[in-house]
Amino acid sequence: MHKFANPTRFLKLAAAVFPWAAGLTIALFAAGLVMALVFSPDDYQQGSTVRIMYLHVPAAWMALFTYTVLAASGAASLIWKHPLADVAGKAAAPIGAMFTALALVTGMLWGEPMWGTWWVWDARLTSVLVLFFLYLGYMAVWDAIDNRATAGKAAAILAVVGFINVPIIKFSVDWWNTLHQPASVFRMDGPTIDASMLWPLGLMFGAFNAYFVTVLIWRIRAELQARRVRALEDLLVRQTERESAV
Amino acid sequence: MGPNPTVQTQDGFEARSLACRRAGRLVFEGLDFSLAPGQLLVLTGANGSGKSSLLRLAAGLLSPAGGALLRAGVDLAKDRDSHLADLHFVGHKNALKPTLSAAANLEFWARFLGDAGNVEQGLDAMGLGGLADLPAGELSAGQQRRLGLARLFLRPATLWLLDEPTVGLDQASRTRLADAMRRHLECGGMILAATHEDLGLSGGVLELERFAPRTALEEWL
Amino acid sequence: MRSILALLGRDVGLSWAAGGSTRLALAFFALTVTLFPFGVGPGAATLAKVAPGVVWVAALLASMLSLDRMFETDFEDGSLDLLAIGPLPLPLLVLVKTVAHWVSTALPLLVLAPVLAITLQLESTAYPALLASLVIGTPALSFIGAIGAALTTGLRRAGVLLSLIVLPLYVPVLIFATGAVDAARNGFDTAPHLMFLGAVTLVAVVVGCWAAAAALRLHLE
Repeated sequence: MHKFANPTRFLKLAAAVFPWAAGLTIALFAAGLVMALVFSPDDYQQGSTVRIMYLHVPAAWMALFTYTVLAASGAASLIWKHPLADVAGKAAAPIGAMFTALALVTGMLWGEPMWGTWWVWDARLTSVLVLFFLYLGYMAVWDAIDNRATAGKAAAILAVVGFINVPIIKFSVDWWNTLHQPASVFRMDGPTIDASMLWPLGLMFGAFNAYFVTVLIWRIRAELQARRVRALEDLLVRQTERESAV
Repeated sequence: MGPNPTVQTQDGFEARSLACRRAGRLVFEGLDFSLAPGQLLVLTGANGSGKSSLLRLAAGLLSPAGGALLRAGVDLAKDRDSHLADLHFVGHKNALKPTLSAAANLEFWARFLGDAGNVEQGLDAMGLGGLADLPAGELSAGQQRRLGLARLFLRPATLWLLDEPTVGLDQASRTRLADAMRRHLECGGMILAATHEDLGLSGGVLELERFAPRTALEEWL
Repeated sequence: MRSILALLGRDVGLSWAAGGSTRLALAFFALTVTLFPFGVGPGAATLAKVAPGVVWVAALLASMLSLDRMFETDFEDGSLDLLAIGPLPLPLLVLVKTVAHWVSTALPLLVLAPVLAITLQLESTAYPALLASLVIGTPALSFIGAIGAALTTGLRRAGVLLSLIVLPLYVPVLIFATGAVDAARNGFDTAPHLMFLGAVTLVAVVVGCWAAAAALRLHLE
């Protein structure tokens, strides 16, 4: 019955945290966006385009962070065999894929005025693209396997394997990039960031994290409730079978 | 006709309040049985009552959701290897490669299990001597089943786990199988068999429906 | 040891025989490479420039195409159950079956690759690097592939899912392998590329055996 107790405890905790996380998300986004779009100065080189960074950098960071969450819940699922870890991974994956897509799109939007083209095989963009495919694979495994216990463990294995590969992929893509573009590659993050940019960036980081926690709780709750409904339906079927047998 | 398997151990096989979960659902719980050398236990029950699951548990392919299986008094969770080295599992599939000949199929399993040289015996035991060079894919369903069962004679093993062994077999083959099983039991072997049909042997019966789960809302996660 | 050789022999034999994956992989490899001159034009300079990438991408896809049969056929006919409870521990079983996959699909490509590179006008100085990169890099393809093959065993639409799982993980192999051939074409040192490629292969062997064994255990349940 310990498995029954745990999600119940989680649901209680989640219910307490959820309104705070949601409120924090709204407040941080409001403050961060106003600071980023209105009060922060233009870059002397990039002009107003630099404002895309306030979305791009936190999105790219959250893309990696969420994949770490997937791998951690995957490891927890494989080691402690706790189904709640599977649920957390399943709930986190689409959020991470969304962050990754956002990082790609904002990267392209930034690249057009800066590089004069929508897509450059830049090391960062390429790594993020591969990360996006890793997310797709993880979600596809969940979709393809009907039995959710098996699907959870299979996805957990893939998340751990993918996580081991992320640094290897990152390193190889950097290596490949320096080979093919040996000259000065434009770096998105300058050597120093002005303090006037640090504030909005910090707020946006906070907003993205709060958003992640909010949606993650929301999605875990939805998944747990769906499972409970299905278990109750099973029980109903079993009872009717028993009664008709009598 | 067939070879007499030499039995290595004289110890039994038993289940203690065994529970099994497949696809997140309890199949049975609180299941007990004990099998002593020389005994046959027939598993019966409707489809889905867990006959195949129990055999897969006994073969070490599944882990119990509760309780334990003991071989010679030792929990399988502790010592699986010596149990596996002394059993034959014939599932409802025959594990045959259709392009390989009947003899080549058996030869592979003989070599994989580490005891080459008993292929002829295996073929003869199931009356397949004349079909040795035919590709397994060209054999009839009943002949393929006999070839699957012929693995039992590739190396001696005390415990036989048989899932619907008689499906597709003609009368002569059934008699042959029953004889082989009787000899195996007489030598102190043990057989756990799931079947709907009368094997023509005396042995205990385990009715799996008795162990259907009673829990109300079990773990729903 | 006897079990290992038996399994290796059977898997390689089945792949080389009619209906196996070896011939298909070879034909696919040759055809894919042949398509590129039609796509990018027959100019020698262009072809030589894309040759390392074309040969490697074609080899990668050819190796991937036969992955879906790696565990699937054994799963379908029931052999996988018996292999899993046989004398080999599961990670070792994966190792043997993956080596068999490499021997039956990648090794023949090694012979064909230089011939195809000639048709792509690859400079003669790059041949040692091409062969070395294939020898060192293709095992990584098989071992990473084993993870995908094991995860998708027994699933519908396994093929597409398999490529979605495996292709992103192939990126480092492709980068270091083609990097080595490119370096040789341009008269640079190939050693750093090949060393990184070797490191990727080693990681793939270790992670592949562990992860594929864990995935197979899931599908046996």
